[in-house]
Amino acid sequence: MRSDRNHRAPLALKIAAGAGLLFMHVPIMLIFVYAFNVEDRTYQWPPPGLTTQWLAVTWNRPDVWQALTLSVKVASISTAIAMVLGTLCAAAVSGSRFFGRETISLLVILPIALPGIITGISLRSAFSLMEIPFSTWTIVLGHATFCIVIVYNNAVARFRRTSGSIVEASMDLGADAFQTFRYVILPNIGTALLVGGMLAFALSFDEVIVTTFTAGQQQTLPIWMLEELVRPRQLPVTNVVAMVVVTVTLLPILIAYYLTRDGDQIAGMGK
Amino acid sequence: MTLATVDRSAEPAILPSRSALSDLFWRRPKFLLVLMLLPPVLWLGIVYLGSLLALLLQSFFSIDEFSGLINREFTLKTYGELLAPSNLDIIVRTVTMAACVTLASAFIAFPIAYYAARYARGKWKALFYLGVMLPLWSSYLVKIYAWKLILAKEGILNWVMAKLHLTWLIEAWLGLPVVGGTSLSLSLSGTFIVFVYVWMPFMILPIQAALERVPSNLLEASSDLGASPGQTFRNVIFPLALPGIVAGSIFTFSLTLGDYIIPQIVGTSRFFIGQAVYAHQGTAGNIPLAAAFSVVPIVIMMVYLWGAKRMGAFDAL
Repeated sequence: MRSDRNHRAPLALKIAAGAGLLFMHVPIMLIFVYAFNVEDRTYQWPPPGLTTQWLAVTWNRPDVWQALTLSVKVASISTAIAMVLGTLCAAAVSGSRFFGRETISLLVILPIALPGIITGISLRSAFSLMEIPFSTWTIVLGHATFCIVIVYNNAVARFRRTSGSIVEASMDLGADAFQTFRYVILPNIGTALLVGGMLAFALSFDEVIVTTFTAGQQQTLPIWMLEELVRPRQLPVTNVVAMVVVTVTLLPILIAYYLTRDGDQIAGMGK
Repeated sequence: MTLATVDRSAEPAILPSRSALSDLFWRRPKFLLVLMLLPPVLWLGIVYLGSLLALLLQSFFSIDEFSGLINREFTLKTYGELLAPSNLDIIVRTVTMAACVTLASAFIAFPIAYYAARYARGKWKALFYLGVMLPLWSSYLVKIYAWKLILAKEGILNWVMAKLHLTWLIEAWLGLPVVGGTSLSLSLSGTFIVFVYVWMPFMILPIQAALERVPSNLLEASSDLGASPGQTFRNVIFPLALPGIVAGSIFTFSLTLGDYIIPQIVGTSRFFIGQAVYAHQGTAGNIPLAAAFSVVPIVIMMVYLWGAKRMGAFDAL
């Protein structure tokens, strides 16, 4: 809509859009203020004073570290599994047309199209039917399942833009399937995979709904956070953890955005 | 370097097994296809569909009211329980909330998407993208926590309202039936605000994508034919943006339908579907009823997706 360039946006539209953006951002900014709040009993505003002492207090909390370690571990393993399965699926679906192709793309999307609580309770009842005890791996099982679609979406978009003829050219020049994969396909889809992986990590790191069903007694960082939300015990530590979680989740999104900003599809459009 | 090795392996005399496999892939593309599809389909089929079916199966079992044991015989009794007034109440409350949240989200998201699609250029456009994407991806729990801080009695909202001498307005609102309560964080209005905040960003990008696809010559044609900007908006832009709105509403509706954490933290003690599922499978141990309850959002979403597909919403995703 090039012809709009000379038109100015109506004032009412500017105000509505600006107010909408403020509504989205102000609450998150408040988290950064509260993390330095002197007050440790209430949510009083304005904060009576600012301090950095809670950063140190949080740093020395073993339970926070344990939860963080588990979250990072789960997110890393789930991302690795999702990257392999999502890429395979994307390559198959975009490379050829076959019977049941639509069904497979639906199957991949289903875990995030249906509410998370359904994935969660299904897995939990399956675990109890098969008498599988809760472990890191039961959490990974759930996370990898809904992370596949993130990698898949990014890879499919890239495969769609990559012409099939370069693969044929590579074969014509005498490269075998593995060489073609290593020297032609991988460099072409590399950034898409990296972006998919980072988004999957961010999604897994923050997931709580499915995790409450598959974790048993274990605590990932979001579960730790949820318990503090339901039964607040240590406000200042929660404030600092909230700030750290926001920062850790946002970094991969920023990187993913800068890696794909020139493409036709910008990463993170669908969560 | 690579080419040299390739040349030698291309000689027919001795075929290394690697290139034999590679030839097989080339001659029989189906074989490669099956090999690629097998791992993801097995994973999703067994882990996801398997457990989903196991859950659905259990919704046809019933629980013995006296022993509390699960009776593994086919029955529709559990589905009948869903129609009990208290359970029907939960379903109606959840669906109404999801519809209200979706409407409010569309209302807030539209101007942002409209500005981003039609007026933002270059640096501003990038800034808008990030401005939408960062809140969309920031932590779900932190977003809820932020609202707990805002809605608290001593929190920033009451402080601002006191400065503006508008405290009476909040009190009058809380005095209303249904939406009111003892404080904002313990009322349905509070739940509504947090739902809108958390799910609204999912609405913006689909609307923006639909608006960006509206060709500018269509708008020029409309004004050449004498339509005022308002008429162009109502008769040209809005109908073309509708599939985007419907696509976005799939997210806001589905996510509100299944959420059980937001109403637990900000809201009344009256249950939503998600909370009912959680409570029945947890302390009550009534897996059949929990399973039957979780079929409700699945069915609603299937009807919704079917309708959305007919409106062409999937092209806007």
